[in-house]
Amino acid sequence: MEIWGWVFIGILFLADFVVKIEPFKLGRSQPTERISGSAGDVLEDNPVGRLKVFVYELPSKYSKKILQKDPRCLNHMFAAEIYMHRFLLSSPVRTLNPEEADWFYTPVYTTCDLTPNGLPLPFKSPRMMRSAIQLISSNWPYWNRTEGADHFFLVPHDFGACFHYQEEKAIERGILPLLQRATLVQTFGQRNHVCLKEGSITIPPYAPPQKMQTHLIPDKTPRSIFVYFRGLFYDVGNDPEGGYYARGARAAVWENFKDNPLFDISTEHPTTYYEDMQRAVFCLCPLGWAPWSPRLVEAVIFGCIPVIIADDIVLPFADAIPWEEIGVFVDEKDVPNLDTILTSIPPEVILRKQRLLANPSMKQAMLFPQPAQPGDAFHQVLNGLARKLPHDKSVYFKPGERVLNWTAGPVGDLKPW
Amino acid sequence: MKLSALQQSYLGRRSNSFRSSGPLDSSSDGAFKSPAAVFWLVLHGLSCLISLLLGFRFSRLVFLLLSTSSTYTSPFHSPTELAKTLDIRSVIPADPVGNVPLPFPNKTATNSRVVVGRHGIRIRPWPHPNPVEVMKAHRIIERVQTEQRLQFGVKDPRKIIVVTPTYVRTFQSLHLTGVMHSLMLVPYDLVWIVVEAGGVSNETASLIAKSGLRIIHVGFSQRMPNSWDERHKLETKMRLRGLRIVREKILDGIVIFSDDSNMHSMELFDEIQNAKWFGAVSVGILANSANIDETVVEKRGEEENPRMPVQGPACNVSNMLAGWHTFNTLPFAGKSAVYIDDRATVLPRKLEWSGFVLNSRLLWKDGDKPEWMKDIDTLDGDIESPLDLVKDPSVVEPLGSCGRRVLLWWLRVEARADSKFPPRWIIDPPLEVTVPSKRTPWPDTPPELPSHKKPVIGIQEPIIKHTTKTRTSRSKRRSKRKHDETRTDRRTTGFDKTLQN
Repeated sequence: MEIWGWVFIGILFLADFVVKIEPFKLGRSQPTERISGSAGDVLEDNPVGRLKVFVYELPSKYSKKILQKDPRCLNHMFAAEIYMHRFLLSSPVRTLNPEEADWFYTPVYTTCDLTPNGLPLPFKSPRMMRSAIQLISSNWPYWNRTEGADHFFLVPHDFGACFHYQEEKAIERGILPLLQRATLVQTFGQRNHVCLKEGSITIPPYAPPQKMQTHLIPDKTPRSIFVYFRGLFYDVGNDPEGGYYARGARAAVWENFKDNPLFDISTEHPTTYYEDMQRAVFCLCPLGWAPWSPRLVEAVIFGCIPVIIADDIVLPFADAIPWEEIGVFVDEKDVPNLDTILTSIPPEVILRKQRLLANPSMKQAMLFPQPAQPGDAFHQVLNGLARKLPHDKSVYFKPGERVLNWTAGPVGDLKPW
Repeated sequence: MKLSALQQSYLGRRSNSFRSSGPLDSSSDGAFKSPAAVFWLVLHGLSCLISLLLGFRFSRLVFLLLSTSSTYTSPFHSPTELAKTLDIRSVIPADPVGNVPLPFPNKTATNSRVVVGRHGIRIRPWPHPNPVEVMKAHRIIERVQTEQRLQFGVKDPRKIIVVTPTYVRTFQSLHLTGVMHSLMLVPYDLVWIVVEAGGVSNETASLIAKSGLRIIHVGFSQRMPNSWDERHKLETKMRLRGLRIVREKILDGIVIFSDDSNMHSMELFDEIQNAKWFGAVSVGILANSANIDETVVEKRGEEENPRMPVQGPACNVSNMLAGWHTFNTLPFAGKSAVYIDDRATVLPRKLEWSGFVLNSRLLWKDGDKPEWMKDIDTLDGDIESPLDLVKDPSVVEPLGSCGRRVLLWWLRVEARADSKFPPRWIIDPPLEVTVPSKRTPWPDTPPELPSHKKPVIGIQEPIIKHTTKTRTSRSKRRSKRKHDETRTDRRTTGFDKTLQN
């Protein structure tokens, strides 16, 4: 039942006012700050024992064969769906008895149809998802019991379950009708957006933990770059004059600050990208075609304060991580004044943000390590799912009751996969 | 996917160059397009073809001519296929007008406050760095770095007491500036004790006053002699004088000996903070090898272990002090410099003072110090190396990962004994003698020489020296030094003349 989840969070919030956030310094050797009281502790919750997940056994064409066709899926930023499947298969929360399961997981890799460049094409994804749901609804009774309200799916693509990379088209399509009642675990998050359903869990995009680990530099290397960013400002292939890409925000950053010595911004791909982030105080995380990006994960891991330029964005695990305290939020309309905004932050606030970022549980919550470790993103997803329990009695239907329209949506989606 | 091949030719880095083939591909939108949309699509296709022929964006031209709107368009346009907007970077004033009324979102019923479609690129009127902001940012960076140093750097750093013997000479400015700049960069508290042979002089005082460090400048009555042996002995006495100052003023910290011609790395000052009582670091010996290259080359073929120009502690396997590395001076035997301005190699002592650091408490009269430390008042200044300060050399702590890291370099470079230089390196009065250059950029200027004998000599001398410059690269350093010396000679002889006038 969702309402109990919200009550739980409300109590935690009240507890925040009681137990103020205070620096928890164990002498000089531990410079991190523990987010005591409120949401911070939630990061360390252990989901084992709080929920049970049943993993459907689908034919391998939904998962293994796709992966065999293109193993690049394991390394790109949408790889969370694959790793979540692997994690759940061997996790203690998994149950083989569907009768006692609280949540049902359908392993279908919808984001693994890659172009030669490595970008996923979402054109077949709605059909794939639909076909998977048809399979589970005909072979097991649990889908029809609730029409998916106790099922969860991983849709890490650009606009989640809208299955398109262009925002206008995604909005037109809307969330796949069959997923209207299920819980969606996705990377996309924007308030009041069609493609973000209420009750969805936002996760960080996948960033390879080993690769980041190998690029760590000594802590005492002084941070000498003020603002750091590497990436496109103008998407020359699709939007040469700017204005569409990133809603003009990235282009505005470039035009306003390209000759500013404090801003180390360029479109190059240096091999020292990770090392440079560790030498920077602020890292820009502006939106691109979609508001989320792996830069946020990288900034958190490397202790660089993320400057988030994306209006109305919903950040990963927003109910567990106090992003307002950790990052700096800049409205897109304020981008020309970015230097004023950043330099007017008092140094004590900056130091505090860096202490919060240094908290190892923060970094752990952003990662998908293999094998899974306590406190990592897999566990945060499970925590999120556990917080939504128990399911409201009203989601269970009497036999024969139907809500979903199986023929809704564009005609092309109805073709079998 | 057929158009994919066409689109693939526009390779975008890292992103979606490929994806614009999408709309034509997604089967969902195909069937139901309004006539208006079809019309605009045809028009769009037509202008694309014309643009291909003409080479610029034709549609832009058409709409520029057709449109009647003002040059400043509002930032948010309604973005559909129905209205192509002008592509103008909208320049808005520094404080934007509060509420730009958002146009009603387009037909794709989104209830997001953020509008999809083309937005203007906001550029402020003066998109250049603001100096006030830049200074604020630098202060923030400094604060962050101080905090980093507090957290990850040395805990409880002690003050560093630097003892430097010096005397006024041509190369003093070069050497002392180098040491001074290194010391100015040290992030810890510092006291610089400068002991000057020949008494306190304005020359040295004005040089070191520029540093902004805390300086104790004392004079030593003897003048610096002309031979290296004597000079080393005098320097030892001067250093002991410095140590006596530490004792008198009861300075607390780590004493390090910086000779003015040495080069220090910043890591040295971090590393010596680890010394408890008496530490030793490895010193790189940059002995200028001249004229003995051939013999060295022969010997190198015979030896198995190549000689390292390093002096410092040597450790055994369990990282305990086992002995000392010293610089092998045998190849230079008999050919080393005796006088300060000799062209031969200057040899270091067996163990240079600059490789040792001590806790200043060892020098205090009373207080708890280990009993292996000799009292400096009982010494006469006739000690050969700093190890003579302690009764038992095994108490020395090897620093810099047991001497494996070389943290400073020893170098001795001096000018000729009779070389003169302008006091404080200010040319006053201005030079009267000017020597015309042989190669001017203006070819028609006749190379007239004034009828003064001296300049002719001045020009010819370097020519002579050039012809003798047919050396191998190894001796380039030495010949360059010689060249420098002759140049200073030339100038100083010029000075002599002007001073006499």
